[in-house]
Amino acid sequence: MLKVEDLEVKYGVISALRGINLNVKAGSIVTLIGANGAGKTSTLNAIVNSVKKSGKVIFNGNNISKLKTDKIVKSGLCLVPEGRKIFINLTVHENLKMGAFNNSENFDELSHKVYERFPRLKQKINQMGGTLSGGEQQMLAIGRALMGEPRMLMLDEPSLGLAPKIIGEVFEIITELKEDIPILLVEQNAFAALQIADYGYVLENGEISLEDEAKNLLGNDAVRAKYLGG
Amino acid sequence: MDFQTFLQQLVNGASLGSMYALIAIGYTMVYGVLRLINFAHGDLMMVGAFMTLIISELGLPFEASVLIAIIITALVGILTDKIAYKPLRDAPKISLLITAIGISFFLENLFTVVFGGIPRAFKAPEYLTKIFHLGEVYLPISVIIIPTVTLLVLAIVLWILYKTKYGMAIRALAFDINTVRLMGINADRIIMIVFIIGSSLAAIGGIFYAISYPSIDPLMGIIVGLKAFAAAVLGGIGSVGGAVIGGFILGFTEIFVVASFPELGGYKDAFAFFFLILVLLFKPTGIMGQDLERGRF
Repeated sequence: MLKVEDLEVKYGVISALRGINLNVKAGSIVTLIGANGAGKTSTLNAIVNSVKKSGKVIFNGNNISKLKTDKIVKSGLCLVPEGRKIFINLTVHENLKMGAFNNSENFDELSHKVYERFPRLKQKINQMGGTLSGGEQQMLAIGRALMGEPRMLMLDEPSLGLAPKIIGEVFEIITELKEDIPILLVEQNAFAALQIADYGYVLENGEISLEDEAKNLLGNDAVRAKYLGG
Repeated sequence: MDFQTFLQQLVNGASLGSMYALIAIGYTMVYGVLRLINFAHGDLMMVGAFMTLIISELGLPFEASVLIAIIITALVGILTDKIAYKPLRDAPKISLLITAIGISFFLENLFTVVFGGIPRAFKAPEYLTKIFHLGEVYLPISVIIIPTVTLLVLAIVLWILYKTKYGMAIRALAFDINTVRLMGINADRIIMIVFIIGSSLAAIGGIFYAISYPSIDPLMGIIVGLKAFAAAVLGGIGSVGGAVIGGFILGFTEIFVVASFPELGGYKDAFAFFFLILVLLFKPTGIMGQDLERGRF
């Protein structure tokens, strides 16, 4: 579904990514774990071309390396950014409308589905995005992404700043989604991510230091020591 | 001041305030999406007024000239964005600001070179300048038309901003351009729409100005533009409703102070900036302005 080859990102003279390769297959959740500053967010931003990069990104058999961000999203690869980036000055409903900007004809049906999936959003349909709690914002961010009927979803730190109970809810939703939409999940919360993922990559200083089936990574001593708290 | 004079000044103030408001809307909308004080915006009103005059001198009827002038002004607005501002989307905001000042000088000098710097008489059709009496009050028809059109335009702009998906995208842009792109939206196209709206309104404001003060020159946009900018800040930069309120406050103050204290007439241009200083000192976000970082319309 998504294939990344030799992805490199530089911020000035500093290398954030030094040529990484990733592969996400249909019907699966792939997670990219690593410490702060390892290059996880840079990877996602490079894939959607919102930072300068070199390397090749193949999505659905098409080379999307040179496409602009909005064209990449239009082609079905959607990113839920770090910090959720809800439009705080727009209502919940308007946020969904923005997600369906290129898909207005299906808005009613899709928004109905989103409200069914996230009943809490339905109660706050006319509230400003900025008044929602962190968990609700994350749900809105995912709902907003679904409004474009993406073929694949990339989630950047969906658990960031959320209470454990809410993290559980969010991850449950992600698992439900994977049947229809493959997911690339970037997480600092390695344990939670590896539990729901099929395959995992460990990112260290801009390089993939390890990759394996998620369940093998969970049992891997080096990974346990570094990311899972022993 | 007796009641008649009061009424007279009230209509005059509403008319002047409308012009400031029309121009201020453009300042505030461009600021909302680009975080740029577009100093070339005041000159767009000059472009609007000038093109109306030039085209009607070619023999076209006034109404057609107005329409073509608005379209040309909108094109000038789009072109400044495409040529000057777009390459600087990721540059520091100060580069953008300096570029805007450069565009302003360029437009002023281009029109001076091509059309000459001597003020020209602006001939509006008679039906717009006809004066009728209401009791003791003298009303040129334009002072009725100008505020009416302004409120109509404001209603249309608010409708676009709050009821259409393009307007929502404009408001979303005030929050964050990268997130807008992540929605699969071509942000540059949305910015172009903002420049079309802002420039057309500036052109309308300029034409109204020329009808009310029928002498135009290539530098006419400087002082009016600065006052409209003061109006936008007074109302709360980033807020369309605020820009209109700020415009009307400035218009009324200017007219009433001059009417009540004729000896202060020479200072009339100073009031706008006096307001600007007060606002910046005591309430930098203006009347309707939200926290700038929340950039709400």
